[in-house]
Order: sequence, then structure tokens, then C-alpha cells
Amino acid sequence: MYCRGPEGTVLTKRLTAELAPSDSIGSSRLGGLWRLCGWGLAVAAVLVLVPEVRAQQKVIIEPTRVPYQSVEAPPSPLLEVLLFYAVAGSTVFGALAVCFTKNIVRMAVWLLVTLVSVAMLYFLLAANFIAAVQLIVYAGGTLILLIFGVMLTSKSPWVKFEPSKVEVVYAAAVCGLLVAVLAFILTATIWPPAQEQLDATTVADLGRSLMTTYVVPFEVAGVLLMIVMVGAAHLARQEKQSP
Amino acid sequence: MSQFSVPWQPKQPYSYGAPARAVIALARLTADIATPLLRRFPGPILIGAIVTVCLGVWAHALVFGYVDQRLLTQPVADAAAFSYFSPSTWGLSPTLLHARLEMAGGQGAALAGLLQYLLWPVQFQIVRDGIALGALFGLFNIIPVYVIWWERKVAGRIQSRVGPMRVGGWHGWAQSFADGIKLVLKEDLVPKEADGPLFRIAPYFTIIPTLVAFMALPLGATYVFRELDVALVFILGVLGVEVVGVIVAGWASNNKWSVYGAMREACQMVSYEIPMGMALLVPVVCVGSLNLRTIAESQAGGWFDWLAFSNPFAFVAFISYFIASLASCKRAPFDLPEAESELVAGFHTEYSGFRWALFFFAEYASMFVIAALAVILFLGGWNSPLPGSWGDALGDGLAAQGFKGLLFSGPIWLMLKSIFLVYVQIWLRWTLPRIRIDQVLYACVQVLLPLTMLLLLGATLWVWASTSDVGWWAVLTTIVTIILGLIGLVFAFGFVGIAAYGFYHRRRLVGNLVIDVLPGS
Repeated sequence: MYCRGPEGTVLTKRLTAELAPSDSIGSSRLGGLWRLCGWGLAVAAVLVLVPEVRAQQKVIIEPTRVPYQSVEAPPSPLLEVLLFYAVAGSTVFGALAVCFTKNIVRMAVWLLVTLVSVAMLYFLLAANFIAAVQLIVYAGGTLILLIFGVMLTSKSPWVKFEPSKVEVVYAAAVCGLLVAVLAFILTATIWPPAQEQLDATTVADLGRSLMTTYVVPFEVAGVLLMIVMVGAAHLARQEKQSP
Repeated sequence: MSQFSVPWQPKQPYSYGAPARAVIALARLTADIATPLLRRFPGPILIGAIVTVCLGVWAHALVFGYVDQRLLTQPVADAAAFSYFSPSTWGLSPTLLHARLEMAGGQGAALAGLLQYLLWPVQFQIVRDGIALGALFGLFNIIPVYVIWWERKVAGRIQSRVGPMRVGGWHGWAQSFADGIKLVLKEDLVPKEADGPLFRIAPYFTIIPTLVAFMALPLGATYVFRELDVALVFILGVLGVEVVGVIVAGWASNNKWSVYGAMREACQMVSYEIPMGMALLVPVVCVGSLNLRTIAESQAGGWFDWLAFSNPFAFVAFISYFIASLASCKRAPFDLPEAESELVAGFHTEYSGFRWALFFFAEYASMFVIAALAVILFLGGWNSPLPGSWGDALGDGLAAQGFKGLLFSGPIWLMLKSIFLVYVQIWLRWTLPRIRIDQVLYACVQVLLPLTMLLLLGATLWVWASTSDVGWWAVLTTIVTIILGLIGLVFAFGFVGIAAYGFYHRRRLVGNLVIDVLPGS
């Protein structure tokens, strides 16, 4: 959603100008802001990675290697760290772009970037099943329905998204509440120490716990979806008969 | 240059730099040397190339196995030597490898001086992944090129033509390469009123998911880039993302016909994914795993052990999966998104050149992925129709391994069966008329969806009944399997027989039009 609140700042103006569909259609040159973002990411990556590499090197320099024996060093998380920052960066960038883009189909494409990046984050966490389901349900299904809805409802080819001021206030309130709750959770939780090797939960375990421990929420969710489907069918039917 | 008057400004002729001219000279030289050979011996060269590729893949597996088992004696515990960018280091140094090669003995020890440098890079996982990705990318590229050529040949035969015959000499085998060169050289047009960035990026949204699907697709028991425990769900998921590219392409073209094509695609995809997934759940229920390797290896007992013949529900599920997969990769009779008789060319009306080629690469590669999934889940995967236990009697020597790979279980069988299913898709396209969009949706929502739900229920009950200890149930299962297997055999031999008949009479055209009696033949 396009937030009008911080529009006064120069940065947001430039961002909206960059992301909004340009009139000179057919040219997709890299603007200054994009280059700025790229450099920012590169600098951040260097700042993050240099300590990581040096920490790694400290492990290496210790003369623990003996010929003909196993090499005593932890598996390198370097690539994982690199991938994590790349994927997390694309998630955040895609989400921001969804907020600042005015063209509704481009919004959907940015949303795809975010959803696929989240799926990649799940893969990095060895949560394969959740990642695959994220791809099927969100990236595959929901997004197609979204684009489909946009295409059916829009009247002009270039739909602009212009929320009213009241909507912006509501959205800001909800976002502020969400940020507050998340910040509270982040600070209040005692996080378990990081494991070096993640165990992938097998699908069989997942299915078993859904069918035993969590069977009631599972069934309730099924009933809820059923109600939604029946309601949607009812609404669609009424609309068909009314004219 | 300017004999045509065109509404746009013609580009200035481009002068090539020295490297480009060197490449062009090299290409001309290669063509001069290779063309006479290719014209004279096309068949032996084609077969030789296939055999060389197979042997190369096998040799690379052997080398990796040798390094793992003989040189890196603690391959699993020795995580550091295997991890990416192995921080420790540069892995085991060539000197250490030399010592280990001598310890391992055999032929390796004699060539240790050379092998220590050749095998050094192979100990890193990132190097191995690079090699595997290169092979996957090659496979991903070569499949569409040859399936497109084959589709044109099959279409020609079905329509009493001969198809491409010129390029390359033998039955136009290089036609697709020539088309590829033409497409790359074409101008990349973006309509003035199109949404430029989306228009440009849309083809990549279709081709990248297909490439990603190849990464989780096992071609043999050990021939898989990344073995996922949820490979089936993963492949379905990434193939679902592929549709976004088609929709975005249609929308960004800002053309009525393209938008219609895109809307039809969205409609079709959302509805057909459900029966497709339901039909795929039937073998999953029968085996009890989502891992494609486990599913394929449970069918190692020969023709009658294949899941399609294990129970009647799986048999029907195979057919309904095949129908739903036709719809999901927009093949006829479900090719409404690009219905050329109504929508010019549907979603890719405005595309030209390389981006247009990307759509077709994605379509043909996903046809192969869909067919390979069907083969792995229903038709025995990489196992041959002969029982695998016969192969086990051969022992474990190098020759026996090669023999088993050819005759009992190996990637070649998966490729053959998948290519056959791709052929069936082509055959259907040139045989059946296109159906209307309301018929497409009726077929999905009112026929296929309830049917696959019933199949899933039936398969579940069948598996539940199979766990009981009733004596007559085992007898019934065997009888049903034999009947279904015999039906399959009748189809297979019928197909082979009809194909042989057609090949024998290949010079005869439909009806009275016989080449031999045509004037001038």
C-alpha cells in the first residue's frame, strides 16, 4: 500500500519517482537511486562479511590439521551468511517496493519477489516443506488470484493506487501496532542458542503431529476454509442473478 | 541496406571488434570442417554423441566415487574438506593427495604425479556443484531444441508432410539450431504502449522456475542435483510460479489478445493445479513418502511392480494426472492461452527474438519435467521393465555396473520413458481439436476434481486394506495387478506394433495418395 505519511522527505520522493511507472515507456535505465541502493547493499555486505571472514580465519590459523586425519574445523557458515543477507535484502526491498509502487500489477510482481525470497529463507533454515508450501500456496496460488482479480476489476490499463487520507491513518495505526508487538516479542523472548547443524523436520513427523497433537486446530482451520468457500460461492451466485 | 522503407530509424551498421571477428573466423572454419562430416555421417555422429555423454556422466560419477571412498577416507565426518569455501584452507594439498593416491594403490598410484593436480579441485563441493549445474544447464537447453525439432517432424507426418528436411542434411536435424540463431539475431521489439520493465522481465519469470525444477528432479538413483525430502511438492510449487511470467507477459503487452491469453492461463492454472496435485497424492499414499527417489525405488521389481499397475485407483490417477498436466503446461487440447486461431498468438503476441524463444524453451522444458514426474511416480522411474533382482545377480564389477545401468536401472530409462510421454503430448496436440474455455473449466471442476478426490479416497482405503492380514485380499491384489499390467502391456506392444507398421509403410500417404504413384516420384 502506498503510504502518504513521510512523503515530505527527499528520499521517499525520489523512491516513489523511481518506482512509479515512467511515461517514457520502454526505457528501463538504472536510476541514481537504484545505484545508491546497490552501493549501500555492497557496503553493508562488506561490513558484515569482513568480521565473519576474520572470525573464520582465526579458527583456521590454529594448527589443528594433522595429515591423514579429519580436519578439525566447524562447517563454514560463510556461504549461508552471504545467502542470508542477499535473500533477506531482497525480501525487504521487495516489501518496500510493494509499499511505494503505485501501479498495481507491478506491486504484484514485487510481492512475488518478497514471497519467493521468504521461501528461500525457509530453505536456508532447512524447513523444506514450509518452503515448498510457501511456493505453491502464496507464490503460485494466491498471487495468481490477486493478479487475476486486478485484471478483471481494473478499468484502465495503468491502474494507480491512490488511498484516501483516512485509509493511510488506519494503515499507519495497524503497522505501528504490528511493529510494537514484533519489537516486544523480539526483546522479550529468550532465544535458544544457535545450532551449527539444523535438523530438517521430515514431512512424516509434521503430518503425524498435525493428525495427533494439533488435530483440533487443523480441523477447525479446514472448517473455516470450507465456510469461506461456501460464502464465496454464495456471493458469486447472488451477483450472477441480480442483473 | 535501405531498400525497404521502414517507419523506424534504421540502426547504423555495426562494426565488430577484433575478438568478435576472431570468433566469427573460428566458427566459419569449424563449419567448413564439420559440414561435410555431418552431411555424410549424421546418424553415427548423433549416436556417438549420445553414447559419449552417457559415458562422460558415468565417468564423472566414478571419479567422484573414487575420490570420496579412496582418497578422502572420512568423507562424511570430514566436514571441513567438503564445505563451501572450505575455510580451513584449500582442502587437502596435492602433496597429501599424492600420498593418499599411493596408499590407495592400483592404477591411481602409477599416475599419482598427474592425478594429484587433476583430482585436487574435485574434493570441493562447490566445484562438484559447478560441474553438475553445467550438466543440468546443458540438458535443460538440449531438450527443448530437440523436442521442438521432433514436434515439427511429428506434425509433418500427421499432416502428410515431411517437416523440416534441409538444415544439417539428415531430416533437418539442425533446424532448431538454425532457428535459435535466427531468433537471437532478431530485433528485440518492445511495443510503445507496453509496460517496459515488466515486458522485459516476464520471460525470465517463466524460464527460471523451470530451470529450478530441474535441480530437484532426479534422473537416476544418484543423478540428482539436490535430493529434497519434499521434491514432489517443490517441483509443483516452482512450476506454479512459472505461470506468473505468462500472466505478467500478457498484461504488460497492453494488447487485448495478450490479456485474454493471460486471463485464460490464470483461470486454467488455478483450476487444474488442484486435480493435478490430488492425482499425484495417490502414489504418495501408496508408497508413503514424498521423496521422489524413495517412490521410484519402490518400483524396482519390473513391469508389474510399477505404481500405475499396483491398483485401479493409481491406474486412473495416472491418466487424470496426464490430462491435468497437459492443461497446466498449456498443451493442446488446453492451449487456450495461445490459441492462434482466436488470439493471434495469445500471451506472446508482442514478443519477438530471444524473449520469444525463452517462452518456448520454458514450455518445452516444463513438458519434459511434467513427463518425468509422471514416469517417476507411476511408470517405474529409472527402472527398466525387467525385474531389478535379475541385475543384482550380476555382481558389482565395473562391467556389471555398466551393464546394469543400461539394462536394469539408469537415467537412460527415465529419459526414454519421459521422451515417450513428451511424444504422446505432441501426438495429442496434432490430433485433438482445441476445446472452449467453458469446456476446459467444466472438465476440471465437474469431472476431474471429483474424480481425483474419489481416487485419493479409494487409494487410501486400498492401502488400509492391504495392511490387514486377510488372505484373499493378497490374492485379489495380485490378480488386479496382473490384469492392469496386461492392459499396459497390450497398449505398449500395440503402440510398438502400429509404429513398426507405420515405419514399414512410411512412404505411403493417407488414402490413395501414394508417393510411388504420384507423378514425378
